[in-house]
Parts: sequence; structure tokens; C-alpha cells
Amino acid sequence: MATHQSLYSYIWRHSRRDQLVIVAIALAAQPFYFLTLTLPKLIVNGPIQGKGFDTPDATQNFLHIWLPTLDGGGWTLFDGFALERIPFLFALSFAFLALVGFNGFLKFLINTMKGRLGERLLRRLRYDLVDRVLRFPPSHLRKTKQAEIASMVKDEVEPLGGFSGDAIVWPVFLAGQALTALIFIFTQNFWLGLVTFTVVLGQAIVIPRLRKPILQLGKMRQLQARELAGRVGEIVDGGADIRVHGTSNWERAEIVRRLGKIFDIRFEIYQRKYFVKSLNNFIAQVTPFVFYAGGGYLAITGALDLGQLLAVIVAYKDLPGPIKELIDWDLQRQDVEIKFNQVMDQFHPDGMVTPAMQAPGPRRPLKEQIELKNITAIDDAGFTLLDDVDLSLPLSQAIAVVGAAGSGKEALGLLFARQVALKAGTMTAGEHDLLTLPEAVTGRSFGYAGPDAYFFPVDLRENLLYGLRVSARDGSTTDRRTRETLRAGNPGYDADADWLDYDALGTKDPKAIADRIVDTLTMVGLEADVYNLGLQSRLDPKSNSEAATRIVEARLALHERLSAPDVAHLVERFDPTVYNRNASLAENILFGASTDAMLQPANLPQLAHFKRVVAEEGLEQHLIAMGRSIAETMLELFRDFPADHPFFDEFSFIPASELPLYEQVMKRAKTDGLTYADRAQLSVLPLRYVEARHRLDLITPQIRERILAARRTFAETLPDALKPRISFYEEKAYNTAASLLDNILLGRVSYGVAQAQERVSSLIREVLDQLDVRDLIIEAGLAYNVGAAGKRLTTMQRQKLGLARALIKEPDVLIVNGALANLDDQQKSDVVDRVLAHRKGRATLWVLTKEDLGSRFDRILHFDHGRLVDDRLLQGVREAAQ
Amino acid sequence: MSIQAEVELLRRVPLFANIDTSRLKLLAFTSERLSFDAGAVLFREGDRGDSAYLILNGKLDVVVNSPKGEVVVAHLGANNIVGEMALLCEMPRTATLVAIEPLDTLKIKKDQFLQMLRDIPQMPLEIMRELAVRLNNVNKELSAAHAKLRAAGLE
Repeated sequence: MATHQSLYSYIWRHSRRDQLVIVAIALAAQPFYFLTLTLPKLIVNGPIQGKGFDTPDATQNFLHIWLPTLDGGGWTLFDGFALERIPFLFALSFAFLALVGFNGFLKFLINTMKGRLGERLLRRLRYDLVDRVLRFPPSHLRKTKQAEIASMVKDEVEPLGGFSGDAIVWPVFLAGQALTALIFIFTQNFWLGLVTFTVVLGQAIVIPRLRKPILQLGKMRQLQARELAGRVGEIVDGGADIRVHGTSNWERAEIVRRLGKIFDIRFEIYQRKYFVKSLNNFIAQVTPFVFYAGGGYLAITGALDLGQLLAVIVAYKDLPGPIKELIDWDLQRQDVEIKFNQVMDQFHPDGMVTPAMQAPGPRRPLKEQIELKNITAIDDAGFTLLDDVDLSLPLSQAIAVVGAAGSGKEALGLLFARQVALKAGTMTAGEHDLLTLPEAVTGRSFGYAGPDAYFFPVDLRENLLYGLRVSARDGSTTDRRTRETLRAGNPGYDADADWLDYDALGTKDPKAIADRIVDTLTMVGLEADVYNLGLQSRLDPKSNSEAATRIVEARLALHERLSAPDVAHLVERFDPTVYNRNASLAENILFGASTDAMLQPANLPQLAHFKRVVAEEGLEQHLIAMGRSIAETMLELFRDFPADHPFFDEFSFIPASELPLYEQVMKRAKTDGLTYADRAQLSVLPLRYVEARHRLDLITPQIRERILAARRTFAETLPDALKPRISFYEEKAYNTAASLLDNILLGRVSYGVAQAQERVSSLIREVLDQLDVRDLIIEAGLAYNVGAAGKRLTTMQRQKLGLARALIKEPDVLIVNGALANLDDQQKSDVVDRVLAHRKGRATLWVLTKEDLGSRFDRILHFDHGRLVDDRLLQGVREAAQ
Repeated sequence: MSIQAEVELLRRVPLFANIDTSRLKLLAFTSERLSFDAGAVLFREGDRGDSAYLILNGKLDVVVNSPKGEVVVAHLGANNIVGEMALLCEMPRTATLVAIEPLDTLKIKKDQFLQMLRDIPQMPLEIMRELAVRLNNVNKELSAAHAKLRAAGLE
């Protein structure tokens, strides 16, 4: 563990100028403060009580400024203005007002400066910490819990901001006050001064000692709280595994234990804290006791002047305040210092990457072949991963790396990602030492795709282009924000600027970039996934009205295509005048889409407007009749099945637990004694009923007419509050609440037609390709947010995206290290073929899980027990070389 | 066609002849009604089987790949169950089925089919009987073929 600087040297080094300015202002403010205190006395004694105004026309000099001289007299600098009693009163009063205002202003100034200083220092410290995280060695990153690091950066350093403003000025100030009072007491009576001094000294020695265990406890509390944050993070990360193993109660127990520990520590802190507080108060009160008893005795016996004693007692009143605050301040200092040291210890591991390695720099393409000499690498536990490997890698070869798992082939890949620790050996390309080349160069020259790529919770596009944000963009130094950034010691990068490396992309044209993205997605076999994500996504027509228009055009073209007799039966379109047999009854009434939970078909029964429409259209009795029919069928079909039978979840309109209830309802229905609740129970059943799917023949022509009428009424009488929340199906309008797919289809794929789904999908693809709308769908798919750590993608999609991210940089060397482990053999071989064709003539190093794809490469390296045991060129390459 | 009509059709299937109406209704309700255009393929030889089909209407060809190319080995029509072998034996489809006219079927998924075997005691018996009949037929054909071969002096 490397050592770090102390809290005070950190504060001093980064804020001394501001600190000194604050101290200077604080000192300069003292005379004015003193004047504010003395003016009232002057006002009362002078103009009010009339001292110095013995005659009606007597005057006093206002603003008489003089310097004291050694002989006790004064040396006048300015005579001032001679004023009579009343004007003098007002002059003094207004001077008092002005002073109060001026003091307030100084206080405001000092506080603002302190606040700014503290915030700057906090900003600098937080930046330093994150900067260090970015430079952690890989082995330390593997050991670090992210929630703990986050809690340190976010919470634990927070008090430092508030403290640093007071780090110097406050103790100087308080010590000055205390010292003044103490000196005054000494000048009045040496012995009383000595007593006071002894008590203060005792306080200063005893109290901090008693507080030491409290600080230790505080340290423990901090550690425990940090670990708690870490544990909570683990519970979130491991949520799925906890459920799978049914160990949630063990996790609960663990958390309970930790909370108990924290409680104990905190409670002990309280106990000790309040004990110290009472003791402190007690000691402070002991001194007046000495004054009253001892001083009183001395005064009575005549050893001490009564006036002196009173002056001492008055002066002492001013002493405990500053002393107490000084002790409190010292406590805060120690507390902050402990926190600072604790946090800093965690951020100073050995083997940190130097700042120079991460300094921004220009693109420097590799020119010469890569030479590995005597490479020996070990893992965290000290096992040998690579054993004395010598290797030349020309920048034009496609190389397969094969071997058993753990043979060293993975380590070879990781070597290029700088994820293994080298024990010996060199890795060069011409004059470049690849081990010390800045990351700005390696990041562009090497494209690495491993088996578990990390993705940021932004959209697909951002993740795909992530590797192209290597060149730093600086903010303008005339910008206020940038200037402040630099003052706080942060680098002046501008995250709002466009960081994309268009040089690497080779183009700035958005259309060409879009094509590149599609090509790359196709290469790794991700294009179809993105297309489907795009179809499922929604579009905001306000921000993209042109896209909405094109989608509607695609819809009309699809409907045109669907009017051909061979495919007409595949889709039932949403026609406002026709009951849709492939949609549920509720959907038929709603006849629109909404992103609002209460306007989902399943939640309609709770919607007041829906109830009103049902009542108005006289639909209720029909719904009840249909409900009876459904309930009857369900009871008949499912009555004898055990409650946990899978059929219930899959097919029944009535959950197993409610079957007995409906049995009762049906009994009452036969004797014509349906209650209000029964009617409600029955009338909700048909809402989920889809005629074409469930085939119970419930939608008679008469009911169909009623429902169509209800559909019209529902839309026409829709309350204003609901209007913006639902978007009705209209043939020529984009539906804002529906997905792109639903918008293009504007209907339902028919139930009961073989392969209808597949055939409709291919028709849609056909139409989109014809109208050139496909890029729009891909665009929408690329806007899909991949979620925390990319968890909204499948493992397979993540692996493909990881490879695509490395590919799109067009690196000098592409390293694929088990990045396609989850793809099936066919997909794997397709991806290998496409990628190799794309990278023909450039270096590609592919660590294969299985050897059988090796024949597609120029050269095969065979690893065994960390050694390179076989290195051969394949037929085609050998022939070409001859 | 409604569930009720399907139940009437199911009743005509020998396999289901002795099964309660409510059970047939359940079968109809839990299976998917699927129609095929003429020329459409239900499944191909070698596919993984996940469901059986009950033909309600229309006709299909059973096609098998042989060294001499594709051979139609049977025409099947309404009331036949096809594809159930794959469900019982976990093996790939042994033939390709092609609709030769618009075809109406009930698609019975594997889980559903096995669940029904467990829930309905008569069903395994009926299936066994059906399979035994088929085996008997095959045996008869086999011995006839043997006899032919022997007569031709090939064995």
C-alpha cells in the first residue's frame, strides 16, 4: 500500500491562497467588530446620558481618529466633525447601522469564500478518487467492491468539504479569543489566572483523551456502514442467485446482524459522547466555583480588590465559549482526518497505472510487426499462465490460437488487454514498447473482445461506439464552467462535446456512419436482434415526425400487400367499423393503445369511464351472460384438476383459487339470485375473451353491434383528462402509444393460420426494404437502453455487441478472446468467416474455444501448459509465400 | 368453427371414441386450431417434434425420403392423428407432411399431450390399442413383403 499525504497537507497544498485570504479578511474584520460592540456604550453614555454635553451648545467630535502613543496619550490623525448632542446621537446611530451592515457583509463574504473553498476542495478530492479508480491495477479492481467505493466517493468524503473552510481560520480565530480572555485574567490577578489556565489545560488534555475511543468507534461505524453499502450492492447484484437458492432469509439474517452491530456502535458513541459533554460542562462550572470561593475569600480578607474579582469573573464568561468550540473543532478535525486517511488508504494500492499512461494523445497506427520475447505471465494466485513465449505477429495475418482451457491461450489474449501481470518478457512493435505505450494509443490500435464485456446503461448505439471516444475534447477556457473546473484541479474535458473519433470511422457523414453500424451489426449477427428491438420500440413522433410519416406509409403498403388473396387471411386489420375476432373483447372496446397502466385492457373494469360506457350501452347484461357461459365452461373443464395444475395458468380464465367462488356464483345464477358482487365477477370474465383463439362462439351478431357501439361511445365521450393518454387506432395516423411493429401492422396476426407469424414478419421485412424504412427501424433499435451492465440483452447479444464494439474501431490488431462462447457452432463459424473477410490483410488474433474453425485462418498457434507448442502457417499462406 | 363443433369432430376419431365429452372439450380448448393452405408443410422429416396434429378437415400426404427421392407413403384425411410418435419417443420426425388441399387441424403440444395421458386414464389405453393395431398392420405388411421377396428368390 503506497503512502499518501495527510489531510492538512492536502488542504494546505490545494487551498493555501484562499485560506490566507480568508484569515486576512477575518482579522481585518475584528476592529470593525470591536467598534460594533463599543458603539452602544458610547451612544448610551454620550448623547443619551449627556456625558460630555454639559452645556446645550456643547459639541463632540465625530469621527475623531487617533493612534495611542506610548505615554498613554493619543496622536490625532483626524479631528473629525464637531456635532451637537442630537446630531451626534444620529451620527453615532447611523454609524452603528453602517457597521452592522458592513460586518454582516464581511461575514457573508467570509462564509461564501469558505463555502466555495470547501466545495472546490471536495470536488478536487472526489475527482482525485475517481481518477485513481480509473488507474487501479486490474488485480485491485477484481478485489474491489463497487458499492463500497461508491459510498466512499459519495458520502465519506462529504464532511471534508464543510471542514476545510474552517481548517485554518476557525482555530486561529477561537484561539485568539481565548488567549485574549486568558491574558486579561492574568493581568488582573496572577493566581486566578493560573487557576483558570490549569483548568483550561486540564480540559484540553482530559477531554480529547476521553474522546479518543469515540473517534475509534466512529471509525468502526464508518467501516461498518461502508460494508453495509457493499452488502446491499451484493444483494442487488446477486438477486437472481439468491432467489434461485431460496437463501433470501440468510441474506436477511446477515443484514440484521450488521444493522445490530451498527446500532451497538452508534449507541455506545452516544453514551460516551454525552458523558464527555456533561464532564466538560462540569469542569467549566468548577472554575467559577474557585472564583467565588477562593476569590471571594481573598476579596473578603482584603488580599484582592473586589473590582478586580468582578472583572475576572466577567472575563471568564468569555473564555469557556471559545475553548469549548475549539475542543469541538478539534474533535471534528480528528474525525475528518480519520475519514480522510481511511478513504485514502483504499485508493492507494500498489501498481497503479501512471497518469502518463492515460494522457490523451494522437493516433499512432502500428507500423511494424509485434514481437513477444520471453513472455512469462502469472495470475493473482501466482500460477504461471504463460511460460517463456516467443512470438512474432505480422500485422497482416489472421491467427487462430488453440489449446485446452487454461492452456495459456486465454492469457495470450488477456495480455493484449493488459489484464495479466507480466513476470518477465518484452512486447514490442518496432520502437514501441507495447507494455508502456499510452492507453490513448493502445486503445485505438488494439480492439479487444473478451467473453464478458461490460456495457454501460445507455443505448445500444452509444455502447457500440464506446471505443471511439479516445481523443479527449477540451472545453473552451473562456467558458465560466471550464474555468471553475480548472480551478478545482479537474481536467478541462468537456463531456458535452462530440467525442466520436471520426478519423477512425473514416467519415463524418451520418448516413455513412449508419451504414458502417449496420455492416458491423450484420458481421457479428446482431442486425436481426436490433431490427426486432426496433420493431418493439416506440417512437416519439413529436421529435421525429418524418419517421412517423414513413411508418404510416409502410403500414399502408403492407395493407395493400395483405389484400392479395393468398395472404389476406394472415392479418385481421383494425377497422373502426368491424369487430376484430383476433383481439380481446376489452381491446375491441378500447380500440387504441396507451402507455398508461389504467388504460391497459386488463385494468378497464376499474376505469370509471368504462363502467359508464358499459352501463349506457346496456352491455352489462350481455357481459354477464357471456361471463356465465365462460364460467360454466371453465368449471366443466377444470373442476377436477388439482390447484397446482399447469393448465390453470395457461388456459383457464379463472385461477384455481377462485374456482370455488365461481361455483357458488353459478349456483346462485341458476336460482336467479345474483348479487351485485356476483354480477361484477361475471362481467369481467369476457373482457379477456378472444373469439378466434378461445372459440367459444360467444360473439353473436347482436353482441358485435353492441360492442361496436360501445367502442364509438367510449371514444366520443372520453373525458378530457384521459384524452392525451390514449391513442386510438386510425388507419392514416401514427399511433404514439403503440410500438413500431403494432403501428406497421395496425391489426392482429390471425390465430389458427399455420406459420402466420413468420409469414407476416417476412412480409413486413419485404415492405420495409422496398420503402427503405429498414434503417429507421434499426435506428430505433439502436436507441434501446441495454440496462445496468447490459442486463437487458441476452448473453449472446452481449457477446456479439462486445465483438462489434471492438470491430467498429477498425483497430490495427483485433483480439477476440472467447468472445463468442455462447453462440452455437453454425453462428460462430458464420461470424468468423464474415469478420475474417472484412479484416483481410490486417492482424486478427482469435482465441478459439474449439479447434475446428482453425482452418479458416492464415496461421494456428497451439498452446499447452502455458507454452507455445506448435506454430504453423496454413496451406494457402505457405503457397502464397513461396 | 367453435369448440362445440370441434368436440363433435373429435368424437369421430377412434382414439377418442370412448372419452368423456368434457375431456374432449378440454382437449379442444387447450389445443391450437391451425389451418394450412394447400401445399403448406406441417413439418419436415428430421425436424424436432414438439406437437401432434389432429386432422379435422382436408387431406395430406406423408412423404418419406428414400434413395430414389421423395416417396409418398400415405394419404391421410380427417380424424387421423399425425406426429404423435415424435412426442412419445423423443425422436426426430420420420416423415414430411404436406397438405394437398386446405387443411384444418388441432395442434396438440407435447406437454399438453403428455399431461392428458397422465390425467385421462382411458387415453394411454386407447393409444396403446391404436399403436398395437398399427404394429399388427406393419407386421402383416412385413410378412407379405418377405413372402414377395422369397417368391422372387431374393432371400
